Amino acid sequence: MSRRRPQPWYTTRQGWTGAARLAGAIVVTIVFLFPIYWLFATAFKTPEEVFASPPVWFPQTPTLETFAVLFRDGDVSAVWNSIVIAGVSTVVAMFLGTIAAYSLARFRTGGDHLVIWIISQRMIPPIAVVFPIFLLFAGLGLIDTYLGLILLYTAFNLPYVIWMMRGYVEDVPRELEESALVDGLTRWQVLIKVVFPMARTGLFATAVFTFIFAWNEFIFALVLTRTEVLTFPVQVSHYFGQQQTFWAKIGAMSVLGALPVFVVVAMAQKLLVRGLSMGAVKG
Amino acid sequence: MTHLTLDAVHKYYDDFHAVRGVDLAIREGEFAVLVGPSGCGKSTLLRMIAGLEAVDDGEVSIAGRVVNALRPRDRNVAMVFQNYALYPYLSVFENIAFGLRARKVPDAETGRRVREAAETLGITPLLDRLPRQLSGGQRQRVAIGRAIVRDAGVFLFDEPLSNLDAQLRDEMRVEIKRLHQEIGKTTVYVTHDQIEAMTLADRIVLLRDGVIEQEGTPLELFERPATRFVAGFLGSPRMNFVPATLVEDGDTVAARLSADVALRFPADRAAGFRAHLGRELVFGVRPEHLTRPRTGEQGRPGQEALTVTVDLVQPTGTRTYVQFSLAGTEVTAELAAHDVEQPGTRIDLLADMARAILIDPETDRVL
Repeated sequence: MSRRRPQPWYTTRQGWTGAARLAGAIVVTIVFLFPIYWLFATAFKTPEEVFASPPVWFPQTPTLETFAVLFRDGDVSAVWNSIVIAGVSTVVAMFLGTIAAYSLARFRTGGDHLVIWIISQRMIPPIAVVFPIFLLFAGLGLIDTYLGLILLYTAFNLPYVIWMMRGYVEDVPRELEESALVDGLTRWQVLIKVVFPMARTGLFATAVFTFIFAWNEFIFALVLTRTEVLTFPVQVSHYFGQQQTFWAKIGAMSVLGALPVFVVVAMAQKLLVRGLSMGAVKG
Repeated sequence: MTHLTLDAVHKYYDDFHAVRGVDLAIREGEFAVLVGPSGCGKSTLLRMIAGLEAVDDGEVSIAGRVVNALRPRDRNVAMVFQNYALYPYLSVFENIAFGLRARKVPDAETGRRVREAAETLGITPLLDRLPRQLSGGQRQRVAIGRAIVRDAGVFLFDEPLSNLDAQLRDEMRVEIKRLHQEIGKTTVYVTHDQIEAMTLADRIVLLRDGVIEQEGTPLELFERPATRFVAGFLGSPRMNFVPATLVEDGDTVAARLSADVALRFPADRAAGFRAHLGRELVFGVRPEHLTRPRTGEQGRPGQEALTVTVDLVQPTGTRTYVQFSLAGTEVTAELAAHDVEQPGTRIDLLADMARAILIDPETDRVL
């Protein structure tokens, strides 16, 4: 067999097709990433640069002044509030949702209809129940408290968690659980030592989405908070004033607000991509 | 000593009566094989012994204790599953150690016992691997290791070899048999494969439609089947069944298959059959009991000659199966490798009437 010299890409048809695809992909990526870049860039600009015309594409003298202001004024506490509320409600919803899903998947709790009823809870537009919930929370003294929003987000995320986790639990081979039962585990131990590890890809994926929902939720947070537990999206909305819009603050706050989600997803990434259930039982 | 007892055990799935009153007593150290076609209730029975299915009626006792209400973990049984049921996120070592850890056995002892089990099964070099890095046979060894390391009172096998290819299945069968001889634990083994049942069992329990059709040692079932179903289930190729009329023939009786074929039973068997003279029955003969006469041989007493035209020849190497039509029914004979080479040949055969059976078609029972 003769050894062929690799040909330059521009001499072949495939080479040109590949180059065109690459160029297309680059253009699309730029279009979609530009707003995000702009947000981040704004966070590091001086006040003059923010409103400069023509626009400043790259901050000439990157400054952390806006961040300093956010910390000085205590605005960043909104990020902390969001971490507490989204974090706790995610953990609670994941725990309750997963055991409920296990029950639905393995013991056929509620027959065929309960699970449909559960997911139907997600079909109510939040705006439709904002007012009744506001009255309820006002009566119960839950307005502007961590507990109030944690309860609400847990309730809102539960149907989603149950629905998703039911599917993941059903994918766990039953024989693995039965084998563990015979080997000496109780049902609870089976759940923790077999089902959780087997379904952990699904657990993390569901948890990430649950967290992101709670993190970004706006309407309830706006209506049900005043000053004590303002969440990050509500705090950002305050920067859109009647007279003035604080673009630098919006940019800086968004950077701070995006970081926790980014960290969570980056942490879960390893778990999300690993195909762990291979080799459990012969397919 | 009886170790495992089933007493009038029933199981219902909605309208389906899966197990219909099974009584069974398995002795300490016995290797019992539950065998039968799919849907006969054999796996359900095994799972009821394990505690994975509720017993709807009747009693299951292990070592003299009724276990109906006990959780699987409290029954002191170990089970090997058809699909291995290995934990993919645990190493082979941890998979085998799983049951010991669940029972809080000290680490040092766990390590010792896991290594011992691995040694017995020849999987010591694999202890650090994950299940997905193992072949099917290796996985099944690990699954068996997980059961033997527990030192449970009863071993349960649910079709453990049906996912393996033929050669590996033969190897593992030998392995399981040897393991049982070494360990000597009471074992209940479920399979649909009659060869596994015959080769492994101290006792075969043949199930059909949720009831025990017949139980006994492999050779008892093979040589003295109680029903047509048992006769047809055990043995490969399966027994031939030909409609026949029972007629008087001199000092004995004969099965008349057609106008010109009547096969006489040995005189000592005639007495048992006389009550059925003149009835339409089913004549059963195993393929290996149809043989070719050696040159010059006239046939021993109890052997009946017949002449047939071969339709089909299937050499297997050691033996050759030939098919032919006998009284309008397709019949198989298992002959020596070179007895017949070509289809269309006309050959003489000897039927071993001492071992042929007659079946009452109304009850399907062997007379």
